[in-house]
Amino acid sequence: MTLDDLWNGTGEWLKGTGPDPDIVMSSRIRLARNLAKYPFPHWASEEQLEGAISDFESAYKQAQGYFNGALFLRMKELDSIEKQMLIERHLISREHIFNPEHKAVLISEREIISIMVNEEDHLRIQVLQPDFNLRDTWELADRIDEELEQYLDFAVFSDLGYLTCCPTNVGTGLRASCMVHLPALVMTKQVGKIVQAIGKLGMTARGLFGEGTEAYGNFFQISNQVTLGHSEEEIVDNLERIIKQIIEQETAARNSIFANQRLLLEDRISRSLAELKSAKLISSEETLGLLSIIRLGADLGIVKGLDRSMLNNLFIQIQPAHLQKKEGKQLSAEERDAVRAEFISKKFNI
Amino acid sequence: MFCQVCGKNEATVEFTEIINEEVKQLHLCDQCAKDKGIEMEQNFSIADFLAGMSDLGIKSSKGDIQIKCKKCGMTFEDFQKVGRLGCGDCYIEFRKNLLPLLKRIHGSTRHIGKSPKEVDETDGKKKISEAQELRQRLQRAIDAEEFEEAAALRDRIRALEKKTKEKP
Repeated sequence: MTLDDLWNGTGEWLKGTGPDPDIVMSSRIRLARNLAKYPFPHWASEEQLEGAISDFESAYKQAQGYFNGALFLRMKELDSIEKQMLIERHLISREHIFNPEHKAVLISEREIISIMVNEEDHLRIQVLQPDFNLRDTWELADRIDEELEQYLDFAVFSDLGYLTCCPTNVGTGLRASCMVHLPALVMTKQVGKIVQAIGKLGMTARGLFGEGTEAYGNFFQISNQVTLGHSEEEIVDNLERIIKQIIEQETAARNSIFANQRLLLEDRISRSLAELKSAKLISSEETLGLLSIIRLGADLGIVKGLDRSMLNNLFIQIQPAHLQKKEGKQLSAEERDAVRAEFISKKFNI
Repeated sequence: MFCQVCGKNEATVEFTEIINEEVKQLHLCDQCAKDKGIEMEQNFSIADFLAGMSDLGIKSSKGDIQIKCKKCGMTFEDFQKVGRLGCGDCYIEFRKNLLPLLKRIHGSTRHIGKSPKEVDETDGKKKISEAQELRQRLQRAIDAEEFEEAAALRDRIRALEKKTKEKP
């Protein structure tokens, strides 16, 4: 795979082909791993950071099967738009673009696996799959971990598990999460209660782009907080149970709005569609909000003829760096708003 | 001008946001500005958490603060400032002060999940590395408070790591 293949392709996780694709957009597993012989990245010398990169590079090349055709990128070789695009595609964290000198990322074909090297930990292994698919996603991450472990000596203690730079990740080093789309719970003002309730169960809700980001477009990432004292299976199980409940709640809220406030809902949906069709300047935040309503309309059968994968993909394509890549140049915020409005109105004026 | 988040209300607040090195000016209505304000307050880092630890009844003595990791040179005071450890050995060196913190964060101090496979080499699969085995023994020695044994094991691990580093 080349960099152009990556930009021209669509991430597998956007395809919307699995179970419960209307409410759960994607399932993700992240494992934090460190190499025993080096200090953690923020405390390591330049040689040690380079050592970690080359150790990982030779390990993944020996690891059979998982990384055929994968793309290994040094962060310093990417321009600022490309780095930003990787964030928008959920392949790297926002932190990974700072001090890019000794950082890298490995991205598998179809963008299912991505491994950040020298982020907060030496390795951050991510597996991202479409829809409600946590167990499969975990099993794949587990197999990749076992494969890499044959060639790398991970920092691990028998009693504390995998050692991580931040004590909040020690133990399993596992963060399991689902990206859920909850427009009806937001409309009925129930989402706050749900976020509070999951907090009490050791889970947390974040925005569309992870830690410290906002729930634009009514998307929430629900994930476990605790990594020590529970097995990986327990963590995945618990999250799965909570997501099932959230699906039930959102479905109930959708049904209730559909049954009791149909006209209001249809009004909102057709106004959103009209705005997307006719806007001349539109920010990404506003677009996400409108797209969210359209997505709900498509789920409920009110808006016809829209493909879920196309809609999911739009959530990425309207982001600032993706628009700039398409235009082939840097754009100011206002120029982007104009380009975005034109792009999106073409998509809906068919 | 309309609010750039909801697009509905008149924008009354100018808001500067810095995301990924990019500075962005947003014009927001009262409600959206308020929402942003609330969300910002919720951004709470581990460093803040650690800074608040003394309020939670976990105090580190002056001596504890000066404990220095022999492998990477980080002191417990450094850790309190940055909220991040320097290397795996820090978990040994700062153990006494870390365990109550882990208990607070995770409600537990014992890992239950998977560990690297310990498979015999005759299977053609990976055998646990010498360094890994030594580290596990070191851990057990520390748990049993056999500090002389622990010191000896630590020296062997270091010698081994030096050897692997020097390999071409």
